Amino acid sequence: MRTFIVILLLAVTCLGIYSVLVHIPFGTGPSETGTHYLANTRSDTGASNAVTAVVVGYRGFDTLGEVTVLFLTAMGVGAVLATLQNREKRSIEKASLILTAACRFLFPLTLLFGAYIFLHGHLTPGGGFQGGAVIASGFLLVYLGCHGRRISRPASKVFESAGGLLFVGIGLAGLYVGSRFFLSNFLPAGEFNTLLSAGIIPVIYIGVGIKVGAELTGIIDRMMEDT
Amino acid sequence: MILIVTLLVVLMLAAAICAAVFKDLISAVISGCLVSLIAAVLFYLLHAPDVAMAEASIGAALVTAVFIIAIKRTERYEE
Repeated sequence: MRTFIVILLLAVTCLGIYSVLVHIPFGTGPSETGTHYLANTRSDTGASNAVTAVVVGYRGFDTLGEVTVLFLTAMGVGAVLATLQNREKRSIEKASLILTAACRFLFPLTLLFGAYIFLHGHLTPGGGFQGGAVIASGFLLVYLGCHGRRISRPASKVFESAGGLLFVGIGLAGLYVGSRFFLSNFLPAGEFNTLLSAGIIPVIYIGVGIKVGAELTGIIDRMMEDT
Repeated sequence: MILIVTLLVVLMLAAAICAAVFKDLISAVISGCLVSLIAAVLFYLLHAPDVAMAEASIGAALVTAVFIIAIKRTERYEE
């Protein structure tokens, strides 16, 4: 029975990949939708990074769903690990001086780089998710290198909630101002290719970056709780 | 160019097979990290720097860390 299910799943997966490869040829030019996005990104959203324009502009609602999925994951990890009862304190050896010094030096630079990625999401490759992940890896460095240094949980919850509320708030504001649909771009497009351009896109990416960074850091914090 | 990509893909496949075969779970996790790292390079070569960034920071750094923490709490060797 089990073998049968495995074979069935494999067949379904192969069928899926095959049909995708047949209907969307690999390595050829962009599809009809892609051509439309590439041609109209500048006039529609004012963002110079077309990927960001699609993720936050044209398909902002999907991004809200993705952020929600990540939030549920972080909450699930917290809920599962909170039920573990036997918490014996394990003694771990302290990190070496070299690791500690390197972490102290690299941590602010990593945070700065993460913030740079999500602030410039509408101009250069990257965005809220990538920037948030880089910020979380900076905190991971501190957890590995600096013994006993932990984030403050209330503060991380405040940051996470503020990021999510900023996203939803901007989306709801679009219902009342501008084109009157959820996540409509009601702020001025600004001068093309400058930091203050593309309307609501940078604002949303700041919210997403803070939220993703706080969530992934929270997962690491939960997992390294008793080490 | 095509030679570099072929080499990377072969390395990636080898790392993926190693990750599935190794009995020492720490080695398996490091092989998985290598798969993510090579995937990030390949994404970059395919002109998808956004995806490469996400793959490198999440696939290679955070997931590896989470797995290693999980192994530390359980057992290192698969029986």
